[in-house]
Amino acid sequence: MVVAEQKPFEEILEMIKAYDRLIVAGCKGCVAVCAAGGEKEVRFLASAIRTARKMEGREVEIKEVTLERQCDPEYVEQLRAFVGEYQAILSIACGVGVQYLAEHYREIPALPGVNTTFVGGAEKQGLWTERCQCCGNCVLHLTGGICPITRCSKSLLNGPCGGSSGGKCEIDPEVPCGWQLIIDRLKELGEFERRYLEILPPKDWSTSRDGGPRKVVREDLMK
Amino acid sequence: MKSSSRLERVLTAGHFAVTSECGPPRGADPEAIRRKGELLRGVVDAVNVTDCQTAVVRMSSLSSCLLLKEMGFEPILQMVTRDRNRIAIQSDILGAAALGINNILCLTGDHQRAGDHPQAKNVFDLDSVQLIAAVKAMRDEGRFLNGEELTVPPKLFIGAAANPFADPFEIRVLRLAKKVAAGADFIQTQCIYNLERFREWMKQVVDMGLHEKVFILAGVTPLKSVGMARYMKNMVPGMDVPDELIARLKGVPKEKQPEEGVKIAIETVQQLKEIEGVSGVHIMAIEWEEKVREIAEGAGLLSRPEV
Amino acid sequence: MRLDCPPNVKIIRLPCTGRIDTIHLLRAFEGGIDGLYVAGCLEGECHFLTGNLQAKRRVEYVKGVLKALGINPERLQMYNLSAAMGSRFVEIAREMTERIRQLGPSPVRTGKGREV
Repeated sequence: MVVAEQKPFEEILEMIKAYDRLIVAGCKGCVAVCAAGGEKEVRFLASAIRTARKMEGREVEIKEVTLERQCDPEYVEQLRAFVGEYQAILSIACGVGVQYLAEHYREIPALPGVNTTFVGGAEKQGLWTERCQCCGNCVLHLTGGICPITRCSKSLLNGPCGGSSGGKCEIDPEVPCGWQLIIDRLKELGEFERRYLEILPPKDWSTSRDGGPRKVVREDLMK
Repeated sequence: MKSSSRLERVLTAGHFAVTSECGPPRGADPEAIRRKGELLRGVVDAVNVTDCQTAVVRMSSLSSCLLLKEMGFEPILQMVTRDRNRIAIQSDILGAAALGINNILCLTGDHQRAGDHPQAKNVFDLDSVQLIAAVKAMRDEGRFLNGEELTVPPKLFIGAAANPFADPFEIRVLRLAKKVAAGADFIQTQCIYNLERFREWMKQVVDMGLHEKVFILAGVTPLKSVGMARYMKNMVPGMDVPDELIARLKGVPKEKQPEEGVKIAIETVQQLKEIEGVSGVHIMAIEWEEKVREIAEGAGLLSRPEV
Repeated sequence: MRLDCPPNVKIIRLPCTGRIDTIHLLRAFEGGIDGLYVAGCLEGECHFLTGNLQAKRRVEYVKGVLKALGINPERLQMYNLSAAMGSRFVEIAREMTERIRQLGPSPVRTGKGREV
């Protein structure tokens, strides 16, 4: 899922200080699962904003709404009926949602209430970690199912570097060395001997963010 | 000869080579490099110039190399892949060769997290193994990474680093083998304090026959104090400083510790000379360049051969 | 043993403090409450194993939110005591009342801006 975390309240309050009528828009997709932008978080954030405004003696009217998904025009359209009554939309979906709202409703600004952090998963309750950097050119079949681009802090294809120590990365003793994980896994699979000495060539990064906004086209699905 | 390098000639002639390094200054003062260079005159066959080591901004390696070359030194251009993509890397390689720099040490580079600009965006377009292969293809095949031909190939002697003390230990020699396969001509190792572990590593190197394909220069860094030894042991990832060494430094009064540190370095070099497959030493006296002469002299490595 | 609880303390009963959600705590402050405390069972004695520990984490989280909003986080506390500790219950009620008196009315009611 796309993992996000709420922006600091101070930053949000500064962002919305010019507005007295506001939509706080959540999303029932990824950000709801990672407890950053779902229905619950909409309620909490709206309450926090109202509380802060009461302290300034300046009321704010907040419309609380949570869409099925903010990355789909069909659902984004659901704000149409009342969007005209408000001055801004504070979206707590991922960056995609904020941009979809901005593209869709041209009259008022769409503001980000969360920082979109990474594509990852839940390790346990309350802990999410990164697994994929969306490089657009997957090599997991060569590295035992562990991503060198994401898990190695230098994205080495021929690691580990000389900073790997006791299974940990040189950037932080809490961070596992991605290449130690890969080596352990290759051994588990009995692929170590075969794979490790192979030199992986420089990666084609043109499929990554380096190539500008990316596109996936499926003509068979088009109408 | 593969290159125009003096270091290559020294090693190929079978001399036990001596290299050292200069860390460029955090400023635009050319004298800082010249002063360090002066301390190494007549002591080394070639001198490394670090490339923003520990991810701290310093004068560029290439321009510092040129300053040393003007003084008559044989510089080794260190290049990390942290800060340059393949376009900048290949461009700098051509530029270095055009300026008469004959050696390159291919490194990945320390992560910027621990450096002086942790907010920087890193590059890591290539890794060190891929960089070695890129330089080799440019030199031997006259081709860029995209396969296209270049006009005049850069005649560089290609170096790489090896850390016998990083983890996992069992892949350390295999990783060296990858660097050799990619095209490394010489290797400079991480500082060696644990000679036992280094011998074990060298034995694996010799068993695989790698010492016949690549020149291995063993790294030595003199310890200035117990404090430095402890710092190296505890704070620098992939560094192995045995407790006996710390105890030995602790056993002498504080003002005598630098002297003891130099003594240890000399003994280390003498032992390294006896290890099969070791072709030279790389003496890295960090901000203590004046001691390189004493160590080389003490270990019987002066004077340096004319080649 | 009849002990007088300060009359300003309004008690809301819950089956377990683990039932408390952060929104309950925040909404109380939005509504203008001057102070709030959660009285959970002694640590290690939760009938549902970890309800009081979860409550503790949620209280800590909301304290951070209050601080960010400009409300003194001292207005929110968590206490642990058992059902048999009647006198301690009253003592806490008095302690909390005294603390809130010192802090004065909530800035949410006065509209005078951030207090911290």
